[in-house]
Amino acid sequence: MSPLTKTKKVKVDIKSETSTTKNNEVVYDTKDLNLWYGETHALKDVNLSIHEKEVTAIIGPSGCGKSTYIKTLNRMVELVPSVRTTGVITYKGKNILDKSLKVEDLRTHVGMVFQKPNPFPKSIYENIAYGPKIHGIRNKKVLDEIVEKSLRGASIWDEVKDRLNENAYGLSGGQQQRLCIARCLAIEPNVILMDEPTSALDPKSTLRIEELVQELKKEYSIIIVTHNMQQAARISDKTAFFLNGEVVEYDDTNNIFTNPEDSRTEDYISGRFG
Amino acid sequence: MKYIDDIKVQKRMNSRVLKNDIVKQLFLAATLFGLVVLAVLLIRVITEGAAWIDWNFLTGKLSTAAERAGIMGAILGTSWLMLIVVPVTLFIGVGTAIYLELYAKKGKFQSFIATNISNLAGVPSIVYGLLGLTIFVRAMDFGNVVMAGGLTLSLLVLPIVIVAAQEAIRAVPQHLSEASYGMGATKWQTVKNIVLPAALPGILTGSILALSRAIGETAPLTVLGIPALLIPFPEGLFDTFTALPMQIYYWTLDSSLVEEYAYLAAATIIVLLVLLFLLNSIAIFIRNKFQQRY
Ligand SMILES: Nc1ncnc2c1ncn2[C@@H]1O[C@H](COP(=O)(O)OP(=O)(O)OP(=O)(O)O)[C@@H](O)[C@H]1O
Ligand SMILES: [Mg+2]
Repeated sequence: MSPLTKTKKVKVDIKSETSTTKNNEVVYDTKDLNLWYGETHALKDVNLSIHEKEVTAIIGPSGCGKSTYIKTLNRMVELVPSVRTTGVITYKGKNILDKSLKVEDLRTHVGMVFQKPNPFPKSIYENIAYGPKIHGIRNKKVLDEIVEKSLRGASIWDEVKDRLNENAYGLSGGQQQRLCIARCLAIEPNVILMDEPTSALDPKSTLRIEELVQELKKEYSIIIVTHNMQQAARISDKTAFFLNGEVVEYDDTNNIFTNPEDSRTEDYISGRFG
Repeated sequence: MKYIDDIKVQKRMNSRVLKNDIVKQLFLAATLFGLVVLAVLLIRVITEGAAWIDWNFLTGKLSTAAERAGIMGAILGTSWLMLIVVPVTLFIGVGTAIYLELYAKKGKFQSFIATNISNLAGVPSIVYGLLGLTIFVRAMDFGNVVMAGGLTLSLLVLPIVIVAAQEAIRAVPQHLSEASYGMGATKWQTVKNIVLPAALPGILTGSILALSRAIGETAPLTVLGIPALLIPFPEGLFDTFTALPMQIYYWTLDSSLVEEYAYLAAATIIVLLVLLFLLNSIAIFIRNKFQQRY
């Protein structure tokens, strides 16, 4: 039995229809998180509660710790050997910074989409089937179903269904990024972390991904880092503003963009710095 | 005020262009020099040896009578050597590279080992011959058999394979393994499914080049006391043997006694070159075939 059992999808579906931005259950709770890269203090006393089936945007100037923060949520940040953390992050009540937790287990519940589309140099089919295969699914029929479901989920099925065996690098940048989202859906995560997923894409592909995020929100909790203020305003329910490793303000997106409490937030979103 | 004065630029233009042309000719000359030397070598070898290559030469036994001599024994010996060198270097070499690049903690110890491996790649091959003589022929008491020769040559080219494999692994973009880890793959799953397939062309090319080096090595085999006498064809790993470069070496030595031996040596060189050429073609084929885009 995996210690991070998933909530039953059916139950939550009903819930998400009744509640919109009013607080859903907390999926990630961060308490007094501090992180250092060697001597660099990259995250300072971060406290954040992230709610289920919402889109949480993380904004802030370059180097303020956005990527570091979301990579802490699936412990990818540990790939940098000099990293040290203190504090607690609970995922569904379990402290994920606890060293006894298996990161592989956490990462099957928390998928990640990166800034630059990074499909594997394999066929489209193999890209999607990779995650399920990693977790032991061998049955061809089951894999076929997962591949179709995931590609449909990332609204790219119609574009690729006739070329599943072609190399993923034959796709356009925007298609590749949706493929990466599909690949992430294939492990059936609860949370999707996205680090500037549209910053390498043209406006049209960006729009498609934004629409997709709106769609995915019905089933997944999404945390998205973005440099694009309009994007944050358009697609997120909550927004956290980071500055120099601290959370300056965290609130409903509406409040952040119409009525920020902190003058630094206002300066940032109105483009006065960053 | 403009810093770049158009008139001065115009004045200098001719000499700049001229310098450019001279340098180009110099580099061309350097390239041609190498090519000419190589061509002379090839022509000489071919004119001397080609006429001596026939079916009997390729499949026959060694003989003191030049017109009856064949190199089947040496061809078999070289093949047996490769049968040891290939698996040993691939397994140990790639294993070491994977450990150093992907598992070992980056630190003093890791960089100490890595540096020393690069240094080993530069150690003269005769030193490896002495090492092989001490360890395999004497201490382990194999005698001058295929096993001893194969292991010695493996040691000799191991550093090359390790360094090539390390470079190939390092060249696999980080973002690919990140994507794999991000889906909950373990390190081994990531290495096996993502890193190694992407590094494979580089690893194989490096290995085949190392193999070409091993095939042509003479010095360490001389030290091991590998003969080029009338010995039975080697039939196993613990038989005495001779190899193509040894054959060339001894025939060249004895060409002062029997003039025809020089032609036999040239003919054997052609066989060895063809073998090397084939191996390199395989390397290029593999590289082109499995090269992935990312
Ligand atoms: N691997 C690393 N080693 C050392 N310091 C790092 C490393 N990665 C990030 N940092 C430092 O941590 C701080 C936060 O970096 P991070 O990448 O989280 O910023 P970011 O908000 O994502 O910036 P951007 O918007 O440019 O992506 C920066 O000061 C950065 O220099
Ligand atoms: Mg970033």
